[in-house]
Amino acid sequence: MSYAFNSGIQSDANVEVHKYYGGVVTVVALLAIIIQAFLHRYGRWAEFADLPLLVTIYFGVSKRNPVSGMMLGALIGIAQDALSHDNPIGLYGIAKTIVGYVASSVGARIDTEHPVSRFALVFLLYHLHQFVYAGTERVLLNRPTPFFSLHLFVVSLVSAAIAVVLFSFLDRLRRQS
Amino acid sequence: MPEVLSRHRPLALLAALVVGQVLLLAFQIKRNSNVRLIRYWAAEIVTPGEKGASWTFGGIGRLWSSYIGLHRTYAENQRLRQEVGQLELRNQELESQAAEAQRLRALLDFRDAHREAPMIAAQVIGGSADPSTHTLFINRGARSGIRRNQAVITPNGIVGKIVEVSPASSQVLLINDRDSGVGALFADTRAQGIIKGTGDPDPVMAYVVNEEKVHPGEVILTSGEDRIFPKGLLIGTVASVKPGYPFQAIQVQTAARLDRLEDVFVLLSEHELTPKADGGSGDVAMGLPPMPATAPIPFSAPATSATASPEKSAPAAQTSSAASAKAVPSSAAAAKPPASVPSVGKRP
Repeated sequence: MSYAFNSGIQSDANVEVHKYYGGVVTVVALLAIIIQAFLHRYGRWAEFADLPLLVTIYFGVSKRNPVSGMMLGALIGIAQDALSHDNPIGLYGIAKTIVGYVASSVGARIDTEHPVSRFALVFLLYHLHQFVYAGTERVLLNRPTPFFSLHLFVVSLVSAAIAVVLFSFLDRLRRQS
Repeated sequence: MPEVLSRHRPLALLAALVVGQVLLLAFQIKRNSNVRLIRYWAAEIVTPGEKGASWTFGGIGRLWSSYIGLHRTYAENQRLRQEVGQLELRNQELESQAAEAQRLRALLDFRDAHREAPMIAAQVIGGSADPSTHTLFINRGARSGIRRNQAVITPNGIVGKIVEVSPASSQVLLINDRDSGVGALFADTRAQGIIKGTGDPDPVMAYVVNEEKVHPGEVILTSGEDRIFPKGLLIGTVASVKPGYPFQAIQVQTAARLDRLEDVFVLLSEHELTPKADGGSGDVAMGLPPMPATAPIPFSAPATSATASPEKSAPAAQTSSAASAKAVPSSAAAAKPPASVPSVGKRP
């Protein structure tokens, strides 16, 4: 465990660190939050694509910097909390902070360019996010949020599938080295 | 301690972030605080974007709705066109039925207005196969009491006479046929003549001397001298007048539309049709002009007539049909001036 965390301190020399044009991360993160908030107006099917989570994972694995990954995750999570009506600020923030850190740590160690690895990574990180979120809610808010359910499993699969498409689109925003 | 933190900087930062947020959460739960400042700024930052997204997606939605609406409108348009076609067809059918009902109503009114005159309604079922003759067939025959030389009329005017009778149908010789001849007189001047067919759609009025003043539009009635048509029935009007030798050439426009007959009446007697003051719309008794106030012209049979007036007085012409058949001037007979020519063209 300690190795895994330590490995995130510095990116693996064999793994390419991607850079983006100025403002791309901010704009994409904002767009993800806005679109997510907007889609919520049109029913529950919007939950099948947690765009802020996908953006957190994408930029985490692409930049391969745990600090920026967790910071981005924290900001996106807090913004998501702030825009929700009854969520105390910090629920999504904690979950996405941890996901951002893990994503950037994993991205520094393994290849995350292949669609299959992206699919698997998003699937696993989705459940990590859910685990942290549910744990926080259970411990701090005493809400019986499930750690896992069939519905969450299906949603994680759909989110992973959407992520494969979304990531390939976001790849085009990279600055050519 | 600082060395550990600097060595595990990301991990320490993560712990700090998580702990910070846990504390924030605990603060919110403990104080029941809403952390309004964060929510306010988050909303301020996101709202313009949301407005833009709403506008964009709304526009796309409206565009899509318009497209779908247009598509539906097209389908609905097609359906309505079909419906309009069907309704037009139905409308034509109803109009045709209404026209037929109106026509039958007119016939019924005419029949009711002349209850004193026995007559029978008949439908035209066919025409002549020979274009040079003007005849038609009706769906009434001997079984219905039809006999030869009975008058065939419509509420608008006279049509012709029965020339052939079979059990279930009869043949009618129209007044514009070459072989037809009808005793006639002008409604105003009472000058007499004979309506003859020429083979053209319109007949002529023959044997009217040049001295007689005839004007286009003058009404022509039956004189009753042919012993087929009762006196006073409308034949038509003068279409044109030309001086000739020895008689005027008078073109007559028939009152009955001989080229589009559908329903007719067969008069079963020579009983005169008296005009009714309220006998229907327009002319007296559906097209028949009012009888003149002057005394009716005394009956005078044509010279060619083998039988004379005794049968004329009989109200039921059915009994005299055979005899009166001879009284009908044939084309040859009609070509000659009748014996009562002196009375023709003279005022009564």
